[in-house]
Amino acid sequence: MSDAQERPSTSLAERAAPLAERAAPLAERAAHVRDMARWVRRRALRMVFEARQGHPGGDLSATDVLATLYFDAMRYDPANPRLPTRDRFILSKGHATGALYSTLAKAGYFPEEQLSTYMQPLSALNGHPNRNKIPGVETNTGPLGHGLPVAVGIAIAGQIDAADYRVFVITGDGELQEGSNWEAAMTAGHRKLSNLTLIVDRNRLQQGASTEDTVALDPLDAKWRAFGWDVVEVDGHDIEALLPLLDGSISRDRPLCIIANTVKGKGVSYMENKASWHHGVPNAEQFEQAMKELEA
Amino acid sequence: MSSPAPQAQGLFDCRDAYVKTLEALGADDDRIVAVVNDSVGSSKLGGFRDKFPTRLINVGIAEQNMVGVGAGLANGGKIAFVSGASCFLTGRSLEQVKADCAYSQANVKLCGISSGVAYGELGPTHHSIEDVAWLRTMGDITVLVPADPWETEQAIRAAAAMDGPVFVRISRMGVPALPRPADAVFEIGKAEVLHQGNDAAIIANGTVVCRALEAAAELAAQGINARVINMASMSPIDEAAILEAAKTGAIVTAEEHSVRGGLGSAVAEIVSQNTPCRMKILGFAGFQPTGSAEFLMERAGLSASNIAASVRALVQG
Repeated sequence: MSDAQERPSTSLAERAAPLAERAAPLAERAAHVRDMARWVRRRALRMVFEARQGHPGGDLSATDVLATLYFDAMRYDPANPRLPTRDRFILSKGHATGALYSTLAKAGYFPEEQLSTYMQPLSALNGHPNRNKIPGVETNTGPLGHGLPVAVGIAIAGQIDAADYRVFVITGDGELQEGSNWEAAMTAGHRKLSNLTLIVDRNRLQQGASTEDTVALDPLDAKWRAFGWDVVEVDGHDIEALLPLLDGSISRDRPLCIIANTVKGKGVSYMENKASWHHGVPNAEQFEQAMKELEA
Repeated sequence: MSSPAPQAQGLFDCRDAYVKTLEALGADDDRIVAVVNDSVGSSKLGGFRDKFPTRLINVGIAEQNMVGVGAGLANGGKIAFVSGASCFLTGRSLEQVKADCAYSQANVKLCGISSGVAYGELGPTHHSIEDVAWLRTMGDITVLVPADPWETEQAIRAAAAMDGPVFVRISRMGVPALPRPADAVFEIGKAEVLHQGNDAAIIANGTVVCRALEAAAELAAQGINARVINMASMSPIDEAAILEAAKTGAIVTAEEHSVRGGLGSAVAEIVSQNTPCRMKILGFAGFQPTGSAEFLMERAGLSASNIAASVRALVQG
């Protein structure tokens, strides 16, 4: 970790303080998250470039939500990753490990240097996350449609214990074609799991084509409402809009689905909105261009 | 079910031992929760629900979600007993069992109710004769197949006491209480020798163990001393007990499960690579027709007389 002052405060006591006591104004918090997101994007892309594999399109679309969660909204202690009172995060679109691992390293769960082992033989940093090898990972994902049911289980445990931790899960949008999500959606709506927030990374592209050309998801907001959820649609790259939705400042009586409209490959001009960059790998020239664009 | 109530014949439904144990554990430890797929009745969990209403989580008819929710409850510090008909709990949710429970090493206890051919008349969709094969190949989940009420209680207690995923295969077919010394101990990974003998070995588990004991009695009367080994712990399995059994020169395995991938296969994997001996694997050859559980067991040769005949054929062959 090069500059300690850039690291987020991870004191649970501080994070647990009433939000009104958070000194920094929204713009300042957003600027901090944006700095972190820029770092995560660049690091994730370097991981993919060096490993010669990965899923850069989905890494880049989910980065701003991840950064908002880890560098402002969530309470956690990287030195004590299984503290019972922690907020939980599950990356259900488990292939976006470039973004996840970069975020976890920046958040202090493991040394940044370890990111260079991404997908190398015997590395803990598998293409999909393993909770028994990487601190901060809550459940092993990779096959789609697994994260939300597990998040629902955690949220039920929190409800039974009247605990104040919150549970966050990011799914891809194409991932919502998996039926297990809708089983979990019904349970969450029925049990009014107000401690649960789902963020749908709505970049409108799945592996091979647009979601709407493959099996249409729209009207997506109406689907979640019908399942008993609050639904908010937001620009998934607008940190100032994401912050109040994720920081717990709005109390709810049911689970929240944030449809985060995002751009697959966000920040790299030649990747943006191109399905082919779902698991494309840049060549040296493309990588150099991308790193320049991501400095901005 | 067309057969008479088990208790009427001095037989027991192991679901009763399961729920009684779970209620006792639940009274002592509020981390114990039960998760069901609309299966409160078939899992006999009405009593648990009445005692601990907030700790009975019914996710409806949604098995993939049920197993994922169980893993999530474990993450939240609970000891989740996820109960459902074994055919759906394992088959419908196999990837959740693999990724969320076994690979994640979640502290989840999966209880497969009415396993094997208990739902005989309902047909192969409801038979669960593949479950042990599916789960034991994962390696990272403990697989237990208790044979009677005492062993069911011990298996549930052992599952609750250990940290990690466990599958307990629970029958509803009537079984007698097996004769055991008062100081008998159940241990995961350890086989139980219920009858001594060095002429051959019968290795069985679940509902077939009582039949294996009957077979041994029949064989003893004919001068053949067959060892009866109860292999409740399928994963991890007691390799030493299997290698000792191989020294008799003849092993018959018998299980209320497919002959592909279950107990017989597990024993053969070990014997064939160490001390090969003659073997006969008794179980179901594939999808079964309709019929009562007893009818299907008899038809597949899982009767005391056929187990005895199989031993004789190996010993005299």
